[in-house]
Amino acid sequence: MTVVVILSALMLAAGAVLAAVRAERGPSMLDRTIALDVLTSTIVGAVALHAAWTLRFDSVPILVVFALVGFVGSVTIARFAAVEPEGEGRVLTREESDALDAQRRAVEETEGSADDEHHGGPAQGEVTS
Amino acid sequence: MSVLDIVLDVLAAICLLGGSFLALAAGMGLTRFPDLLARMHTATKPQVLGVLLMMLGLGLRLRSGNIIWMLVLVALFQLLTSPVAAHMVARAGYRTGKVDSSALVVDELTRDVEAAERAAQQQRATAEQQGATPEQQGADDEGDAG
Repeated sequence: MTVVVILSALMLAAGAVLAAVRAERGPSMLDRTIALDVLTSTIVGAVALHAAWTLRFDSVPILVVFALVGFVGSVTIARFAAVEPEGEGRVLTREESDALDAQRRAVEETEGSADDEHHGGPAQGEVTS
Repeated sequence: MSVLDIVLDVLAAICLLGGSFLALAAGMGLTRFPDLLARMHTATKPQVLGVLLMMLGLGLRLRSGNIIWMLVLVALFQLLTSPVAAHMVARAGYRTGKVDSSALVVDELTRDVEAAERAAQQQRATAEQQGATPEQQGADDEGDAG
């Protein structure tokens, strides 16, 4: 039994690490959600393995809680990720953030100067910060 | 230790190993597969069969009447909740354009969504037409009734 437990624990740990890698790297929020779902079921497996090893029943209610609550997070994220724009799923570095700010400022300035000729700009009297 | 105990322990060990292997396979699939749907496919393995195997193995190992029901409950909740989560994630992925239609063999959702959009457009056009000429609208209604 000890060999089986060690083998299973190694496989579970490798699966959890790989899922965590995807959760860190995942290009979109949904990829991370899936990776965390897999991590949750890996944790369920790990708790079950622990209970099977020690022959103790106390950790079985934890399994029920995990199985019940595990999907709430992914449903919530999926509900609110529905409006996520393309390529927004990673943390920007400081340079990229500065470049984005400069770009936005440039766009605002050109729109402000061309306001007399073009009528497609922001609405009249709109407050631009 | 009787023969039955040994047999049950061996079965439990096989189930536990199988469940752990599915978790490992899911981890490898998550890191290697290219897009969202493929990753969702690999994520279902430990969520359903993996958890079922783990619960079966744990039940065979513990061999206690009361605890078996709790394990059945775990499997039941997992079977109930993981499709809900997968459905929501896939829906959000489709709506945010993370599904590449050209890579799919069967794509019924795109077809249905396009059909629904066409129908809505047609309805809107008809409504505008009727708004422009109210007399014609009355004639159309009579025609429909007849």
